[in-house]
Amino acid sequence: MIDCVENRLLTSRRGLLLGGASFAAWAYLPKFARAADGRDPRLVVVILRGALDGLATVAPVGDPDYAGLHGSIALATDGAHPATRLDGFFALHPAMPEFARMYRDQHAAVIHAVATPYRDRSHFDGQDVLESGYAGPGRVQSGWLNRALEALPRGERVSSGLAVGPTTPLVLRGNAPTVGWAPVALPQADDDTAMRLVDLYRHRDPALAAALTQGLQLEKAASGDDMKPKPGNAVAQMRQVARGAAKLMAADDGPRIAALAFDGWDTHANEGGPVGRLAFLLGGLDSALAEFESGLAERWRDTVVVVATEFGRTARINGTDGTDHGTGTIALLAGGAVKGGRVISDWPGLKPANLYEGRDLKPTTDLRSVIKGVLQGQFGLSDQVLAQTVFPNSASARPMKGLMA
Amino acid sequence: MARDSQAALVALNRFGLGARGGASGDLINAASDPRGFVKAELARPYGVLLETPGLQSTPQLGQAAFTYQDQVKQAREAAKAGAPTEAPAPQAPADQKPDGKLRRNLSLNTVTAEIAGPMAEAKPADGAMKPDGMQPGAAPPAAAKPAQPLNVIQKTFRTEALARLQRAMMVDCGFTERLVVFWSNHFCISASKGELARMWAGAFEREAIRPHVLGRFADMLKAVEQHPAMLFFLDNQQSLGPDSRAGQNRKRGLNENLAREIMELHTLGVGGGYTQEDVTSLARIITGWTFAGRKGQIGAPGSFAFNANAHQPGPQVLLGKTYEANGLAQGEAALADIARHPSTANFIATKFVRHFVADDPPPALVARLRDVFVKTDGDLKALATSLVDSDEAWKAPLTKMRSPYDFLVASGRLLARVPEDPGFYLNSLNLLGQPLWTPAGPNGFPDTAAAWAAPEGMKLRLDIASQMGARLGPNIDPLDLLEFAAGDAASPETRKTIERAESRQQALALLLMSPEIQRR
Repeated sequence: MIDCVENRLLTSRRGLLLGGASFAAWAYLPKFARAADGRDPRLVVVILRGALDGLATVAPVGDPDYAGLHGSIALATDGAHPATRLDGFFALHPAMPEFARMYRDQHAAVIHAVATPYRDRSHFDGQDVLESGYAGPGRVQSGWLNRALEALPRGERVSSGLAVGPTTPLVLRGNAPTVGWAPVALPQADDDTAMRLVDLYRHRDPALAAALTQGLQLEKAASGDDMKPKPGNAVAQMRQVARGAAKLMAADDGPRIAALAFDGWDTHANEGGPVGRLAFLLGGLDSALAEFESGLAERWRDTVVVVATEFGRTARINGTDGTDHGTGTIALLAGGAVKGGRVISDWPGLKPANLYEGRDLKPTTDLRSVIKGVLQGQFGLSDQVLAQTVFPNSASARPMKGLMA
Repeated sequence: MARDSQAALVALNRFGLGARGGASGDLINAASDPRGFVKAELARPYGVLLETPGLQSTPQLGQAAFTYQDQVKQAREAAKAGAPTEAPAPQAPADQKPDGKLRRNLSLNTVTAEIAGPMAEAKPADGAMKPDGMQPGAAPPAAAKPAQPLNVIQKTFRTEALARLQRAMMVDCGFTERLVVFWSNHFCISASKGELARMWAGAFEREAIRPHVLGRFADMLKAVEQHPAMLFFLDNQQSLGPDSRAGQNRKRGLNENLAREIMELHTLGVGGGYTQEDVTSLARIITGWTFAGRKGQIGAPGSFAFNANAHQPGPQVLLGKTYEANGLAQGEAALADIARHPSTANFIATKFVRHFVADDPPPALVARLRDVFVKTDGDLKALATSLVDSDEAWKAPLTKMRSPYDFLVASGRLLARVPEDPGFYLNSLNLLGQPLWTPAGPNGFPDTAAAWAAPEGMKLRLDIASQMGARLGPNIDPLDLLEFAAGDAASPETRKTIERAESRQQALALLLMSPEIQRR
C-alpha cells in the first residue's frame, strides 16, 4: 500500500531490531552518582537467552571426564584452535580473546557450576526465574534489577535511555521507570502529532499515554556517528547494541544501570567446538564486552558487566553433536570494578555420580549469591533488601563477598 | 444504538480484523447482529483454506529449494575452480563490497537469474549462521541494491506472505483468520531456522494449520508434528534412535528438542504432569519422523517420511502408558493420547481465552472452554463457538493490545487497500518486533498487552502511522473513517482529536493510533 521509498526507510533499521537483541535502562541516576568520593558505579546485566553451554565456554580441561562427555565439541588447549588457559584447570573458548585479555588484566572473572534456583528445563520458566528473581516460575511482572532500582536513592532523571527492540527485558520491568532507545532511520512522527496523541491517551487510555511518553523521550541523546545498523549477523548486532549502549552510558547525564538480552544460545544440534555456531555467538558476546570497555572509556573503571543465562546444557553431547537443556553453567563478570583473574568455583566434578540427575553439571553456587555480591559491591544494597525485595525469600543465598576490586 | 456500536467494536476488534472502509458496511452489519457477524465464518470451513493459484505444496517447494541449493553449490565450486583465470562476469554488480573482497555470487550468472546476491551478502565467512536468520521476512533492501533479483526462497516467502495479507484484507469479519494466526503462533516455526524453514513457512500454515482450524485438535497436532517444516525447525530430522540401525552405524543419537516442545508448548504445558523421562521417551518414540531429502531415498523429496532405520526399536513408556513397538503408529498413538490429556485441555483453553479476552483470563470461561474441549474430543469449532457464545467475551473491557500484525492489517482494511506487494507489511512487522513467521523462540510471539504496548513499540507504531498518514491522508476523510471503524462507540475525545487535527495527514495518523484502533 505504500511504495518502496518507505520500504527502504523502514528496512534500514531492521538489522538491529531482529535477531534478538534488546536493551533498556533505569530512567534515573542513583543519587550517589558524582558523590564526594568520585565513584560513579555502572552496571550492565547481559541475559543470554536460550541456555549457554558453560562447559563449552569455560571448559574444565583438567577434569578427566570432560573430554569424553563433550566428545566431538570438547575444547582442548592444544591443536589448531587452542582454548586459552585461565588457570591449571579451566580454559576459555578461543572465540573470546577480549575476555581473555580482561581476565589477564584482572578485570574479568568466571563463576562456574552456577545456577538459579530453577531445576526444570523449560527455557521460558527458566528465563522467568532468572529475570524475575523469584525462586520459582510464575506470571511475575517485575524483575530483580528493577526492584533493586527501587531500593536505590533516586537522583536526577537521565536525559537519555536505551532500548533496542520494542520490549523491555523482564529483568528490568517493574515499578521503577525505565527508558529505551533505538537508532533512528525511520522518519519520525512530528512532535505536534505526538503531543496530540499523548493528550488523547491521557484522557482515554493512561497506560498507552505512559508508554508513548516514555517512547518519545528515547531517541534524543542517542544520535551519533557510526550508529547506522548494517544488515548483518548476530555478531554485528551484539556489537552495535553494545556500542550504542556504551556511548549513552558514558555520558555524565546518561543512564548508569541497564540490561540487555541476546537470543540464540539454544545449541541443540551442531553446536561446534572451537569453531562453529557457538564460537560464532561467543565471538559476538566478546566483541560486545570490548565495545563496553572502549565506549565507557574512563568509566569502565567503575563498571561491572554481569553475563548470565537461564540454565546450562547437558554435560554429555546428544546424538546430534549438540547439547540439550541442562542445569549448572557459568556466569561472567567483566569491568574495571571486578576483582578478576579468577575462576570462582566449588567444582562438583563430572563423574556420573556427580552429575545432576546423571546428566547435567551439578550447580554448587547460587546465581543469586553472585548477583547479590555485585549489587552490594556496586551500590551498597543491604543483605535484608537483597534477601527480601530484590530476590524474595533468598536469605539462604548469601551475597558473595569480595567480587569487587 | 450506542450499545450496539460497542458490541460491534467487540465483534470487529476482539474477534475480527477490524472494519473495512469503503462500502463494506462492516460496522453496520456487526452492530445489527454482533454474534452472528462473528460466527458466520465458522459455518464455512473451506473458506479457511488458502488455495491461491501459484502457491505450491511442501514437496514442490522442497524440491525447488534443493535445486536452488544445488545450483548455488555448483556455482560456488565452479567459481573456486575457475575464478582466478576468468574474466570478471559481465553482470558483476557495481555495489561490490568496498573492501574489494570478491563474493562468490560474481560467477552466479551461469545459473538462473533467481540466484543472486542477497544470500551471499550477509553470510559469515564460515557459513555457520544462515543469513536469513537476521532478515526475517525482510524484503531485500531493494532501493539500496537495485541490481539483485530475489532468489526463489525469498520470492516464495513474499508470495506466501502476500497471499495471507490479501486474504486478511478481504474477509468479512476476520474471525477465522484470527484463529489461523492464533494456532499458527501456538504451533509456530521460525523462518530464521534456515532456507528450508523460510521456504516452507507459508506452506506449513496452509497445510498443517488451516485445514484444522475448525476441525479437531488431534488432527492439527498430528499434521503439525509430521510437517517437514516443524521437523526441520525443531531438529527431529537429525534425531536417531541410539539403538536403531542408523544410530548404530552413524554413532549419533537422540535430539529431544521437538519432543520437549510438543509437551511443553504444544499440548500439556509446563507443569502439565510430564517428567524428563517422558521427554526422552517421546523423543525415542518419534525417532524416524523426518522428511525425504534431495535424493528421495525414503520418499518424494521434501515430503514427510518415516525412516524405520532411524527409529528406536522396542516399546516405550510415556506418561505411565506403554506404547508397543509399532513403527510410525507408535508415535501417532502417543500424540493422540497427549491431545486428549486433561492438561492439554486446560492449557489450550487458558491460552485461547487469554488471546481473545484478557491477559488474566476469566477462570469460569476457561473452565467452560476446557470442558467443551474435553467433551467434544478437541473440536476446535466448538471451542470457538463457545467463546463467541459466552457473556464474558462480550462484557470484558477492551484491554488487550492489537499485535503489530493485527494493527497493520486493521489499518489496511480501514483504508481499503489490498496490497499487491508485501514489502511495507513485512518491513513494518520487522520494525515492530513481530517479523512474519519468525518468532525468536518456539514459544511464539508474546500475547500480552504489556508486550505490545512497550514504550519503544508505541513510538514506532506512531512513526509508521505517521508515514501512512503522510502518504494516504490527503485523499481521505478521517471522520468518515472513524465512522467506519467505530461509529457511536468512538469516544468524544477521539472524535475531537481528529476534528482538531492540523491536517488530514495528521488526522489519519491520530485515528490509526487511537484507542479505538489499537485496543481489542
